[in-house]
Amino acid sequence: MSPESPRSDGAAVKAPADRDVDAIRVEQLTRRFGDLVAVDSLSLSVRRGELFGLVGPDGAGKTTTLRVLAGVLRPSAGVAIVGGIDVARDPEGVKGQLAYMSQRFGLYADLTVIENLEFYADLYRVPRGERAARLARLFRFSGLEPFRDRLAGKLSGGMKQKLGLSCALIHEPEILLLDEPTFGVDPISRRDLWLIVHEMVARGVTVVVSTAYMDEAERFDRLAMIHRGRLLALDTPDALRRGLAGEILAVRVAAGRARAARDAARAIPHVRRVAIFGDRLHLTIGSAAAEGPAVVAALRGAGFPAAESEPIEPSMEDVFIDKIGADAETTGGITRSGA
Amino acid sequence: MSGPGGIDPTAEVNDRAVVVEDLTRRFGSFVAVDHVTFDVRRGEVFGFLGPNGAGKTTTIRILAGLLVPTSGRGTVAGFDITRDTEAIKRNIGYMSQLFSLYNDLTVEENIRFFSGLYGVPRERREARRDWVLEIARLEGERRRVTGELSLGYKQRLALGCAVLHEPPVLFLDEPTSGVDPISRRSFWDLIYHLAGEGTTVFVTTHYMEEAEYCNRLALMNRGRLIALDAPERLRAGMREPLLQIRTNASARVVEALEKTPEVIEVGMFGRAVHATVRDLSRGRDAVHAALDSRAIPYESIEEIPPSLEDVFISRVHEEGGAPDE
Amino acid sequence: MSKARRILPDPMRLRAVARKEILQLRRDARSMLLAFAMPLLLLVIFGYAITWDVRNIPFGVIDRDQTRRSRDLITTFQSSGYFTLREYLDRPSEIAENLYKRREMIVFVIPPDFSRDIDAGRQAQIQAIVDGTDANTATIAISYTRAMIQTFALGNIRVSPTRSGLPIRAQSRVWFNEELKSRNMIVPGLVAVIMMIIAAILTSLTIAREWERGTMEQLAATPVTRLEVVLGKLLPYLAIGLIDVILSSLLGVLLFGVPFRGNPALLMLMSFLFLVGALGLGIFISAFARTQLVATQVAMMATYLPAYLLSGFMFPISVMPGVLRVLTYVVPARYFLVVTRGIFLKGVGLHVLYVQGIFMLIFSVIGLTLAVRGFRKELG
Repeated sequence: MSPESPRSDGAAVKAPADRDVDAIRVEQLTRRFGDLVAVDSLSLSVRRGELFGLVGPDGAGKTTTLRVLAGVLRPSAGVAIVGGIDVARDPEGVKGQLAYMSQRFGLYADLTVIENLEFYADLYRVPRGERAARLARLFRFSGLEPFRDRLAGKLSGGMKQKLGLSCALIHEPEILLLDEPTFGVDPISRRDLWLIVHEMVARGVTVVVSTAYMDEAERFDRLAMIHRGRLLALDTPDALRRGLAGEILAVRVAAGRARAARDAARAIPHVRRVAIFGDRLHLTIGSAAAEGPAVVAALRGAGFPAAESEPIEPSMEDVFIDKIGADAETTGGITRSGA
Repeated sequence: MSGPGGIDPTAEVNDRAVVVEDLTRRFGSFVAVDHVTFDVRRGEVFGFLGPNGAGKTTTIRILAGLLVPTSGRGTVAGFDITRDTEAIKRNIGYMSQLFSLYNDLTVEENIRFFSGLYGVPRERREARRDWVLEIARLEGERRRVTGELSLGYKQRLALGCAVLHEPPVLFLDEPTSGVDPISRRSFWDLIYHLAGEGTTVFVTTHYMEEAEYCNRLALMNRGRLIALDAPERLRAGMREPLLQIRTNASARVVEALEKTPEVIEVGMFGRAVHATVRDLSRGRDAVHAALDSRAIPYESIEEIPPSLEDVFISRVHEEGGAPDE
Repeated sequence: MSKARRILPDPMRLRAVARKEILQLRRDARSMLLAFAMPLLLLVIFGYAITWDVRNIPFGVIDRDQTRRSRDLITTFQSSGYFTLREYLDRPSEIAENLYKRREMIVFVIPPDFSRDIDAGRQAQIQAIVDGTDANTATIAISYTRAMIQTFALGNIRVSPTRSGLPIRAQSRVWFNEELKSRNMIVPGLVAVIMMIIAAILTSLTIAREWERGTMEQLAATPVTRLEVVLGKLLPYLAIGLIDVILSSLLGVLLFGVPFRGNPALLMLMSFLFLVGALGLGIFISAFARTQLVATQVAMMATYLPAYLLSGFMFPISVMPGVLRVLTYVVPARYFLVVTRGIFLKGVGLHVLYVQGIFMLIFSVIGLTLAVRGFRKELG
């Protein structure tokens, strides 16, 4: 059962976001930690009311970027403007209209659910008269009401994240920064979290979410693909998929022969990249229509008849790999600092 | 097999690298692993998929001989998990979630250390060391301090070190957590290579997309095994069809479909909405009706193959929709 | 938000931080024990264990006189409570052996003409050989011996026609600690030292713990100001500290019989100033250290050791070498010690203690300032 849709409670929906104004603007943002360049000349902008993604694996610089935007980390170089305020010069100025949910929970494990919520409400000076209504709404989203007196440390992972998100939302921020909110969370809670996020966006809140899950990348209005502190690409999911050089043909081969088939496929002309998924190969070729049949025939000729073959939509992972640009086997620099 | 889990009686006894029956582990009143039963065949790449706290790490620790079950039976590489834990440790490779490499030792020193630890015979050590350096692509980096390596390389090295003694069974606990997609793919390449040589590989993960790489998959939730099959069969076995509605008005679509009885689950995915329905044709009609009657615009409604996440949620509901704790 | 708003602490946020700290403290058994049980435990243990009184000094005697009077002398020592007769020795050669083996601490040799000299009005002498390895105890033993001799001599004065009046002797009286019970000096001092230690240890963990757990990162992203965090964390510990002072004082009076002659309200006021400084220092250490491990180590070095060694508790400041004596001026416990001893034993008021009061006020301001400045709402 999904949580009750929040809009049916009659709560006010903010006026349609003025999409031409940037809620966040980052220019040549750089942050070093000793030798390590965590964020390297990153530039991007987030429009008001947008659902924006920072997508990349660990070490990409997502957390560092979000921390700078939240005003808890100073940039080494570059500019970060959040809600019109230069965060490096005036970190405190923006905190009232912003909410940041850090990766390692901002929850107090030794306080109860309701105590955590009240604490954040106090910190942001939420007027007492409004608290009951806001708490009611947040409890409906999160389903946490039956646990209001439970210690936060005793909640499951998914519930902790929902509590964290509720604490972030209690003061109705205009900008929401979420650092890997769904990491390791069970699929049902993950779904609930995303519903809450979408609801916030519908109300005009600007939401920036960082994630290492490539499949979540599909959800964003726009996303920035980051790798080792650098921006690889920034666009809508559809545009990123269209921007993939070539198309992907999924071919199923006989069980247990996928690896051998892969090695053979690499030698086939037109095949740019091959990846194995169980007993299926994903072949990146120029055009499925034009080259597909030839490739399948070549595979059959090499001793790997295809049980099925069909063009498939590239996944965000395919796009990411394409953008990293290297041959699918290499991983970039050997050391963390990119040497 | 009836229901999730279970042992395939037709498999040869010594074909089974791992067998567990009714495996249970409690910590005080908390049941971390709840009567789990399954088996893993030799040379298989077996995946254990589930969110954090599902019991994956606890299970793998029991199988690796690090933890004794509260009840239940099992064998790993033929050795009993309660009585022969030391024998198990000699016959398996284990890569824990938190890494086992020493960051302040060099690559070569780490390899040497683990060679000694796993009792690799002296005459084999040099060959094995070279093999690890090769598969980890660190041939020129033997004197590099391990802490300086990037995550992808560290993981390959850790994997190499875990199989220095050429064990028949390999346990990997969340081996690619946080790693970039290219590194992940090449890591899995390595896993396939080992499996091809006869090593049984047991992997836990919470990345749904990684689960696709496995030959067979066990879905875990709150300590219980809720599904066990090959990934494609899990998806095919999902009784409820999944519809994708492409639209610019996702929020309104969601709201409308939540009120539609034929629709069991609704999820928003950016410019698309996924709806799980009971029956394909009735469901499709119902969705059309629901959206048209409210004049909600959409571009298309089509059936799409379910993702493992959809399968997961569906199975959880089937189990009685365990209430969120 | 205007600048003025940002500097002054906001009551709602301040209360929230303090309330959270109290809730967490209440639920953390270890902290509660540290806060309340530990000071009392320390007081009891040290109160009983540390005593500079020397009692039951074992002594030996070579009595060459063997008269009623010599036996009287021995009885005088024996019944004083300070000395215990261990054994009679026969020969001087045994003395060294016995002292070496620590069978006795002091050996008296009474010469053969002892009694005859006294009867004749001559000055009699006895020899006292003291084990000097523990110089402190030896000195005390020697002064006790003199006192015993004095007592004995008074009881054996022979009015002699050749003398008019009594020989001049010093009259001393001890003020404030009439029984010279060292415990009276120790307990108020202990209260001061313990307060310093507890205050710094308790607070040194609080901020470091939040950084380690990750909750501080989140807090830093909210509009809460540094002053609000520091004050909000300080207030609950201030309350705990004041309660501890009350409890320790009660324990001192009821259990150890230490007199309390001064004004309780003055003690509370001075304790307040002292605690603000000590707690502020602890918070500063916590904010600066970032991990609990480093915080406790630094707290130990910065508070425990100076409080114990340089406050005048263990060793009088007047006998310290010049450099250390100067150093004691920056040890807050030094001033608080004067206050506690003054209020407990001397019953003095503000008109005497105002000097200490001023220093502690300075320290409370410094402590708070360090805490606020040292605490950064920033990572890296």
